[in-house]
Amino acid sequence: MSDPSAHVVILGAGHAGGTAAALLRQYGHTGPITLIGDEPIPPYQRPPLSKAWLKGEADADSLALKPLEFYAEHDIDFRPSTRAERLERSAQLVHLADGSTVHYDVLILATGARAIALPIEGADLDGVMFLRTAADAERLKAAVGPGKKLAVVGGGYIGLEVAASGRALGADVVVLEREERLLARVACEVLSDFFRTYHERHGVTFELGCSVVGFEGRGGHVTGVKLADGRTIACDAVVVGVGAAPNDELADDCGLETARGVVVDLQARSSDPNIFAIGDVAHRPMPIYGRMFRMESVPNALEQAKQAASAITGRPAPAGEAPWQWSDQYDLKLQIAGYAFDADEILVRGDPASGKFAVFHLKGDQLQSVEAINAPPEFMMGRQLILNRKSVDKAKLADPSVSMKEVAA
Amino acid sequence: MAKITYIEHDGTEHVVDVKNGLSVMEGAVKNNIPGIDADCGGACACATCHVYVDEAWREKTGTASAMEESMLDFAENVEPNSRLSCQIRISDALDGLVVRMPESQH
Repeated sequence: MSDPSAHVVILGAGHAGGTAAALLRQYGHTGPITLIGDEPIPPYQRPPLSKAWLKGEADADSLALKPLEFYAEHDIDFRPSTRAERLERSAQLVHLADGSTVHYDVLILATGARAIALPIEGADLDGVMFLRTAADAERLKAAVGPGKKLAVVGGGYIGLEVAASGRALGADVVVLEREERLLARVACEVLSDFFRTYHERHGVTFELGCSVVGFEGRGGHVTGVKLADGRTIACDAVVVGVGAAPNDELADDCGLETARGVVVDLQARSSDPNIFAIGDVAHRPMPIYGRMFRMESVPNALEQAKQAASAITGRPAPAGEAPWQWSDQYDLKLQIAGYAFDADEILVRGDPASGKFAVFHLKGDQLQSVEAINAPPEFMMGRQLILNRKSVDKAKLADPSVSMKEVAA
Repeated sequence: MAKITYIEHDGTEHVVDVKNGLSVMEGAVKNNIPGIDADCGGACACATCHVYVDEAWREKTGTASAMEESMLDFAENVEPNSRLSCQIRISDALDGLVVRMPESQH
């Protein structure tokens, strides 16, 4: 069923799209590959933008997935700064913004997600930023430094990583969060409290349960964040990190099945057999949970790039996975495996005060998710337990004197 | 700059020049050498860039940090000369380094 001479067109040159192009060549695809991206640079890693890169510990070369020469050397037609406007499925055409078209035999949608903007007064002022692209990160890096005051709207992972990096660069940092606790949508209270304490110890200020109603500016540049209670928090720069939305309009407009993301199967194939969707834009099945959802993580982008490249080249599908992700803040390494769907019990292993512990989320005696702080064994074994769906001995799991290898045995 | 030899599990050799400051993992990934997945891009968070350092180079590549040791402990087929290649920085002193890949990173 695979056709090694097929023209594969990849829309979106991020982590997912770039990896799919490289894997297709690694898996022996010989037909033309066109990789179209709207950013001016070849595919790069986004996670360091809020971490090592922002702190100046990584340069542009190390961000790039592959050097620019790689694409020509592997006969991948990489087209930067190029936007697709419309898909014409009946003719298998991508219509580009410049009016030209590209014909595909196989199309991979890897258009990612975009930062959600706040529809409030002053959101277009200079200095009100998002952190999604390398260009965003450049602007942010130029705006923070010793003596600068940075306001972060949103106490999720992006917000907390930016806060930690801002402190490392010497800026004063205040985090404004709508909910009464940090990470409210993605983590349990144990973790929320831990991160709050840790950040406060590093000089970050928090305003929880506060509603941001606008931004104030002078001469077109932001000078403060207006809150619903009437206060204004003075600042030199703002990062808005309140979530992302999938770039699934191209798919939606041409009648592909979407559900806040392009609906795909375990081969990453959409409702059109010639079109795949991978990474942040895909709404995909996750067999270990018996449900479908959309994920925003590098491991998911890589996994789905493998699924699509395998299907296109006629290789067996990759083995099932347990989803995972990570975050770095200060000297903390947070590793998360799984999602706490339907969890009915939370079990903490180790003492949060020691800075080394793990939070397990169980449904009955099955592990759904683990959040591990500076605790690789808990993460690595937890990930396996989540994947193989074995029942877990909770007494052993809660006892740090029993090794994780023994817990999983 | 250092010349690094990466040997896949099936014996296929790849010899490439890698810039100082990059990691041994980045040298493989940027040259599309199969066998090193490096899912996390070098954050020491995934243990999918496991390599065996050639005996002659063990001392020059240094020792693993506690975090690296802890991650390696859960990788497959770990040997005394196992390292996570994202944690080995390239310098002139590593010119000629030889690393071998395990059968699988997962």
